[in-house]
Amino acid sequence: MIPTSWYLLLSAALFSLGVIGFLIKRNLITVFMSIELMLNGVNLSFVTFAHQWHLVKGQIFVFFVMVVAAAEAAVGLAIIIAIFRARATLAVDRIDLMKL
Amino acid sequence: MNEPLLVLPLIPLLPFLGFLVNGLLGSRLPKAVVTFIGLAAPLGSFAIVAHAAYLVWSGALALPWIEPGAPAWISAGPLHVDFGSVLDPLSLVMLLVVTGVGFIIHVYSVGYMHGDKGYWRFFAYLNLFLFFMTVLVQAGNVLLMFVGWEGVGLASYLLIGFWYQKTSAADAGKKAFIVNRIGDFGFLIGIFLLLGNFGTLTFHEISAKLAANPAWQGGVLTAIAICLLIGATGKSAQLPLYVWLPDAMEGPTPVSALIHAATMVTAGVYMIARTHFLFDRSPLAMLIVAIVGAATALFAATIGLVQNDIKRVLAYSTISQLGYMFLACGVAAYSAGIFHLMTHAFFKALLFLSAGSVIHGLGGEQDMRRMGGLRTRMPITFWTMTIAVLAIAGVFPFAGFFSKDAILMVAFMQGPNGKIFWAVGLFTALLTSFYMFRLWYLTFLGKPRSPELHAHESPWSMLGPLVILALLSLGGGWVGAGRFGEFLAPALGNGTAEAGHGTLEWILIGAALAAAFFGWLIAHLLYHENRGEEPLAAIPGAYPVLVNKYWVDELYGAVIVKPLLAVSRFVLEWIVEFAILGGIAWLLGGIVNFGGAILQRWQSGNLRSYAAWLAAGAAVVLLFAMVSWPAVLAHFGIHFNMAGR
Repeated sequence: MIPTSWYLLLSAALFSLGVIGFLIKRNLITVFMSIELMLNGVNLSFVTFAHQWHLVKGQIFVFFVMVVAAAEAAVGLAIIIAIFRARATLAVDRIDLMKL
Repeated sequence: MNEPLLVLPLIPLLPFLGFLVNGLLGSRLPKAVVTFIGLAAPLGSFAIVAHAAYLVWSGALALPWIEPGAPAWISAGPLHVDFGSVLDPLSLVMLLVVTGVGFIIHVYSVGYMHGDKGYWRFFAYLNLFLFFMTVLVQAGNVLLMFVGWEGVGLASYLLIGFWYQKTSAADAGKKAFIVNRIGDFGFLIGIFLLLGNFGTLTFHEISAKLAANPAWQGGVLTAIAICLLIGATGKSAQLPLYVWLPDAMEGPTPVSALIHAATMVTAGVYMIARTHFLFDRSPLAMLIVAIVGAATALFAATIGLVQNDIKRVLAYSTISQLGYMFLACGVAAYSAGIFHLMTHAFFKALLFLSAGSVIHGLGGEQDMRRMGGLRTRMPITFWTMTIAVLAIAGVFPFAGFFSKDAILMVAFMQGPNGKIFWAVGLFTALLTSFYMFRLWYLTFLGKPRSPELHAHESPWSMLGPLVILALLSLGGGWVGAGRFGEFLAPALGNGTAEAGHGTLEWILIGAALAAAFFGWLIAHLLYHENRGEEPLAAIPGAYPVLVNKYWVDELYGAVIVKPLLAVSRFVLEWIVEFAILGGIAWLLGGIVNFGGAILQRWQSGNLRSYAAWLAAGAAVVLLFAMVSWPAVLAHFGIHFNMAGR
């Protein structure tokens, strides 16, 4: 049996990669993907603990996170398309105003 | 046990009610209702006082009567001050004068003020004045008296500045208030000293403590007495604080009669008589009171000689007569002083109201040089004024004769100092007689100097009060100083020397009458032709000094007002405005600017820098949690096995 701590390490690694990508990537789509990576890193630790304590709550949380992430992806992609149409760029550093 | 029904608190409360109704609703009430309320309140108070006087006269009420069960005002440790009233012969006489003369003047005001658009306001203020004045008079302790004292000052301010559209009236009101403040400061210090040395502020308790220590003389008692005297000089317009009273003539004439002649300005005399047990223990303070009184009497009388404004002549004569009352108090002749206070209230109110009738008839003219020949035009005013002039000049058998004579006689009996005071008083009597007859000649006799003014006699609402006051001025003196003194003796002690009946008395009476006669004679010689020019102007040296009132106003202006204003301006503009307020404003602005300059770098609009701060914040929270949570949870009995399972 694979020890719990390995799963947790993988979860932490995924989350950290997400954070790093979020911070250093300039393309808005990549930043968005980094957010998905962080969410899935957290999901992995939820599932791990649910498995360890034999509780189903953690897995229910994961479904919630997935649903919210799907909704967020839909809204987020719509915003990204709107921004691209207005600015013709997806570079994060150049999108520094609240207005279009 | 049939305790007579006596509701002393109602005496001030009725005018206060009148003030509230007229003051709050007066502008919306019909004029008749305002008049009714304004007159009913003082009449009600007068009825209560008269009833009390009747009870005393019939023997049903023994004086002094201290109101039982008065509500407490201040109760702090050993200090206890209540709203208690006290009725003794002194306050009874004063209440009769205040409410009686007050009511008469209210009636007069109905006629005098009928065309004024501030009619309701006038009656509201007059009632407010009566409220505070009766509080002052019947107060059973010094602090309550001080409340009334300040209150009448307020009412006086409001009424002097009644025609506030006039700059001179507004300024005169301010001047009266500020000069009085100096005196009130002295009074307040006196109250603190009383509290510190006696532990109580109630008159009869202080008196009892003094009676228990017959050896206690001078020292702190002198200090207290002098502080109280400073208060009295402010309110009663004595040297050196008299300057506000002549200017107070800017107010409507009924106000001058009620407040600045008959009642409020005598509050200082009343206060000294009320606290006479303190003054009795301090010969030095007594001497100062007498000197202030005599000096003021003479000083004001000399200024009165050359004034041309009819009300200003009366104002200076008021100051002079108040000086007489102070002189009387200074030689321990309190009852003679209060007697003069009473007769003075009658004849001086009459003088002012008659002058008001003249001013009213001439459409606001106050300059005597433009009057003359009013005898036939205003016969009733002429006769009442004649009686008043005779009374103030001290002609037998008018009221002023009895009281002035009593004061002069007691002064004469007081050893070598007394002789000087007597001589000053006698000379002042001569001057008084002279300037009053001068006023009389200039106003009523000769030919009209301004026929274009169309003088007319006043309505009966004004003449009625004149006639009543004329009767009082005629008969008020017959009470007699002796009988009056006996009545007041329980409240004032037997300080009044009633000795000296016989030849000496007749000589002194003769001297006083001679002074009055010579005053009239000089006035007659100089003014009976009444040509309209000023014969006194021929006197070189003295005339300019007197016309300019010894330049006292100018002196005060240069020595006190100007430096004070300069210092105040400096403090206001440089210390308060520039240093304190400006400093605070600059400091606050600087902090905000500096903080903003730093914090604005955070809000760059750069998404990745926000994300970095977010991540850093989350990392800090996590780190903090990892370090501290196990310890915190352990505190609640939850243990983690960090090593895993």
